[in-house]
Amino acid sequence: MTLLMQAPAGRITLKQGGGGRAMRALIERLFVRDFATLPFEGVGIAAMDDGAAVRIGDEWLVITTDSHVIHPIFFPGGDIGRLSICGTVNDLAMMGATNVLALTCSVILEEGFAMESLEAIQRSMIAACREANAPVVTGDTKVMGRRELDGVVINTCGIGLTRTVVRDNGLSAGDRIIVTGNIAEHGLAVMAARHSLGLEGDLVSDVAPMNSLIASVLDGFPGAVAAMKDPTRGGVSSALHEMAAKSGVGIVLDERAIPVTPAVRAVGELLGIDPLHVANEGKALIGVHADRADAVLQLLRAHPLGRSAAIIGTCTTERLGSVILDTGFGRRLLAEPEGEPLPRIC
Amino acid sequence: MTNDLQFRDPALARSLAAELKRLMNEIGRPVAVMHVCGSHEQAIARFGLRSLFPKSLDVIMGPGCPVCVTDLPEVDEGVVLARQGVRVATFGDMLRVPGTVQSLADAQASGATIDIVYSPQQAVELAKTTDEEVVLFASGFETTAVATAAVILAGPPPNFSVLSAHKYIPPVMEIVAEMPGSRVEGFLAAGHAATITGSAVFEPFVERHRVPVVVAGFEPIDILAGLVELLDLIRNRTPRVINMFPRCVTAEGNLPAQKQLWRVFQTTGGRWRGIAHVPNGNLRLRDEFAHVDARKRFTIDLPSLWDYAPPALAGQCICGEIMSGIRNPRDCRLFNRECVPETPVGACMVSNEGTCKIWHLYGGVPDLEATA
Repeated sequence: MTLLMQAPAGRITLKQGGGGRAMRALIERLFVRDFATLPFEGVGIAAMDDGAAVRIGDEWLVITTDSHVIHPIFFPGGDIGRLSICGTVNDLAMMGATNVLALTCSVILEEGFAMESLEAIQRSMIAACREANAPVVTGDTKVMGRRELDGVVINTCGIGLTRTVVRDNGLSAGDRIIVTGNIAEHGLAVMAARHSLGLEGDLVSDVAPMNSLIASVLDGFPGAVAAMKDPTRGGVSSALHEMAAKSGVGIVLDERAIPVTPAVRAVGELLGIDPLHVANEGKALIGVHADRADAVLQLLRAHPLGRSAAIIGTCTTERLGSVILDTGFGRRLLAEPEGEPLPRIC
Repeated sequence: MTNDLQFRDPALARSLAAELKRLMNEIGRPVAVMHVCGSHEQAIARFGLRSLFPKSLDVIMGPGCPVCVTDLPEVDEGVVLARQGVRVATFGDMLRVPGTVQSLADAQASGATIDIVYSPQQAVELAKTTDEEVVLFASGFETTAVATAAVILAGPPPNFSVLSAHKYIPPVMEIVAEMPGSRVEGFLAAGHAATITGSAVFEPFVERHRVPVVVAGFEPIDILAGLVELLDLIRNRTPRVINMFPRCVTAEGNLPAQKQLWRVFQTTGGRWRGIAHVPNGNLRLRDEFAHVDARKRFTIDLPSLWDYAPPALAGQCICGEIMSGIRNPRDCRLFNRECVPETPVGACMVSNEGTCKIWHLYGGVPDLEATA
């Protein structure tokens, strides 16, 4: 009877989509293992990076795809349309492809979905495309029956060219970790809206295309960036664990240096949720060689999206694959989220 | 948030840590002290305070998680009531706590109605919306019991009753102090419980056991300052009660709340899960409130539940020893392997106040320096 507490092994659970360990295990077992055996030259599925890269002449074609589901579809600071453009533009940027050649857009709608909502979503998509200087060049539309799907699902795919591919596994001991701004704003804003916590006010999603911000660093300091990742689902904790494990380093985070707004800190404490575990949609974690860290930081802060950027950590040779949190009082390990965090009240 | 400045000042923390070290040097031997509150463990783990403590100072978490010490048969009573078709309202932490064979979550999965509430008042509101019988499965220490007492005194609707699993902290401190082989030389008492009971409630205990008690709050500086005071008392061999949380706690406590508490409840002996029978450790409803006492109102057929086999891993769980402060999660072979919050084996991995859940949440390694 107690087995009822556990998810049956033969069924997918929500936590396998939460961006944490459970999701990675599923992807590794089901998709990476066999697809990685197919012949491919470049950065492929086995890398489990933000996208893939194929060599074309003396450049790399970066390709990425992302399906977007979110509840509620309209939230403070954005909606599913803005998210679907930014998510893919940002994945390309994290690989170094800040100049987006083209995007595709596939929309699946539920019968009965309000036309007005769809038009609002379309308007945010076009606005985000303009911000990112990224054209949608082809797409697809499907409609499914009532209750066969929850409202709307949007898939986008993107391609971009770069001379240098940036990976998420290039950290070495001594490198500094920079976060490009205040963390946890997207996840908490959506959570507050989803559970009608009445806390919205100061909580606004950070969803934004980061390609021009990232381009300023990659063009301004060629070779300074060792690794990059955007801390989406699973938050800064999940992204740093992944970077540490893939790079074979430990990361010491200085908690007091991590930029967090008072609203996010307060709501996090209220809900019992660590902002380090919460999703961002307009922030990057950038591993930078120590001697360039301050200069890169200044450059980021000069950009509107990077004003609250900060150096938050250092890579070490201790506890490889782990993230150590220095709270200012003492040091402890940072837990890697298993799935999506749930508020204590909902 | 202004508390951040005063009570989360790392420089002040370092000077208090230096003071702890100085006191331990003067004492010149290992010392173990115990706190009895999940919120203390939360703060210690969250801020990595254990790496600031001197190596010879052992700060143990005792039976400070009310959900964790709820005994198996108490959970069983809730499960049976739910299976009998009564709506059981309970706090979220309680849902997955294993009973002898089932948790309330299991009962829910097999068709029973369990409602999660955040306060006793919410359970009363629920009862007002239905004709069904609603039983509040009430867990928690004296702090929470006050809220239960208040709704009972306010005259709840006739379909509302209470299954009390409330516990009373002072008596269990006696048990722990008297445990054979107990190394505990001082107690850090929970500030929020003391807001109700007052700090003077510990005077008889200190008198009897010649062990100091310091009432402390929950910010890092509260805890460090409380430990400094406690070690000072241990060094001077002056067992006393010291209130280090005067911004909330007085000697006599919240008298109107105490009046309500003892008007509705009386202490009775009962088992605390994995620890012992604790004389006066449980809070039961007084006879004049029999009409809202679920144990009097319903026939709870416990044996009907025991035809099922208990879960296999439960035998390896050491929650009882962890809550008694004899062992810690590191000693458990299930911790962070088979036993994780999604699939907990023992109660300590279920509740946010449980030692195992807290250690899991903050990386599973409480003292990085000790295990580097």
